[in-house]
Amino acid sequence: MNTILALSGVVIKEMYRRKDFYVLFVLTALITIAAGAVNFFHDPKIVRYVKDICMLLIWVSALLVAIVTTARQIPAERESRTIFPLLAKPVTRWQVIVGKFLGCWLATGLALLVFYVFFAIITGSREQHWPWLTYLQALWLQWVMIAVVIALSLCVSIFSAAPSSTTTICFITVAGILMVGGHLNTVALRQSQPLQNIFYTIYFLIPHLEWFDIRDRVVYDWGLVDWLDCLLASVYAAVYAGLFLLLAWLGFRRKSLNT
Amino acid sequence: MMKASPYLLLVLVLAVGFTLATDLEPRAAQWSQRSKSDNVFSMLFGDGRRLFANQFFTMADVYFHSGYYPSVFDQREAGPKEIVATSHGHKDSDEDEKKEDFLGKPKDWIDRFGRHFRITEHTHLENNNEREILPWLRLAAEMDPQMIETYTVGSYFLREHLNQPKEAEAFLREGLRNNPDSYEILFELGRLYNENYHDTERARNVWQLALNKWYDRYKNDPTGAKDNKLGFEEITVNLARLEENAGNYEAAIRWFQATQKVSPVPDAIQQQIDAIKAKMASPTNTPAVLLH
Repeated sequence: MNTILALSGVVIKEMYRRKDFYVLFVLTALITIAAGAVNFFHDPKIVRYVKDICMLLIWVSALLVAIVTTARQIPAERESRTIFPLLAKPVTRWQVIVGKFLGCWLATGLALLVFYVFFAIITGSREQHWPWLTYLQALWLQWVMIAVVIALSLCVSIFSAAPSSTTTICFITVAGILMVGGHLNTVALRQSQPLQNIFYTIYFLIPHLEWFDIRDRVVYDWGLVDWLDCLLASVYAAVYAGLFLLLAWLGFRRKSLNT
Repeated sequence: MMKASPYLLLVLVLAVGFTLATDLEPRAAQWSQRSKSDNVFSMLFGDGRRLFANQFFTMADVYFHSGYYPSVFDQREAGPKEIVATSHGHKDSDEDEKKEDFLGKPKDWIDRFGRHFRITEHTHLENNNEREILPWLRLAAEMDPQMIETYTVGSYFLREHLNQPKEAEAFLREGLRNNPDSYEILFELGRLYNENYHDTERARNVWQLALNKWYDRYKNDPTGAKDNKLGFEEITVNLARLEENAGNYEAAIRWFQATQKVSPVPDAIQQQIDAIKAKMASPTNTPAVLLH
């Protein structure tokens, strides 16, 4: 466990040394503050559009941080050949995979925490209302979803040629699932065979990341999701994250490390 | 040859640039057809901005439903957006509620479980929260100043739900500047004068102007007139009620008779005409306006 934690510590240090997060945070803050400064019909109490914009930016930024950070982990180690001294130590390939995953997940979690604190301050200052539990739940569900995305990125990065292709593949997959994943069953019903079966198979195979997107509940003040449902969704995400990590390990176990 | 200092050259280039700018700026203003009053969106997107206007108007409807809204994948009966229907005084019946249940029963366990995280309840904004739709209407108006519904819907919510008649009037006047022949905006302006300012005289004038605009638009277009008879009906029925309240019963009857020609419920209009006639015949007939 210490080895995994040490490996993840390196990833976290790498994230705060790089400028990706800072740039995304400043951009999010600037756009949100600029949007919040606009006066519509001299009504200072209008706030939902600011929440909506800020949440969207948080989601995009978190996905960017997660995918870009994860996609370069293993390829960078191979390219700089630091993977050899790393594996020369008593570190197994499984530990490398888990350590990298944990590092990326914790690093993105830290970034998410900063984003949500900013979100709470901005929206709270306008509507004088602080639904901390709703924010905590939204943060948790997003972070759990990010675990699946990181595991997927790690898995793709093992098989992919370069970090750029990993990033592109993961972005398209995640965006596709978030936008269309939940509707594939509806689409399937309108198709003829064998397309209907193909769509249904994809529908049941993919991780339903759209469950974890409770932005609408936060923006429109719909309150908390049942905590039991949150727990079940977290278990569901853990299963998929585990599956992708296992696939990543299976690929990495037999992979030649020479570039 | 004498060597020129780079600083002197820089000053020379700046001076030439400044001189050219002062000369060319007035001419450049004439090269483009774009007026100086155009906003940042028209400068950025040109006419393409109109594509976004409908999307922003839809966003206002999404906000009005607090996020409960069908996606492109969901089946929903075609019809006007609910913010438009509400601005025309429509209230949801049980039948409407059924139509709004676009989710239906869960199709599988993924769908069933996923609904615990989604918004699955049909509600409308209330208690002054209607203000949340305004940014989208403002943006829609910026994107497409010729989209008339934006002004009428925005004005309705501003004056009826948010008690901001002055903002509503300013928004309508902006709409009128961009669409001087719109009877819809004039009708809404008349409602504002009548219902919020209780200025009967101005309301009457504005509605009569609206009616003239309606006639002008459809005088050579019988199909258009048939499709837009709701506009005619709304104007005439409101004029009739205005005259009735003002004690001008004969004028009120004339407007109701005009309404009757296009109304889907002519019998109900006839009842109102009969009621006015009964008032006229009654010896204790005193116009409401004189009692107050």
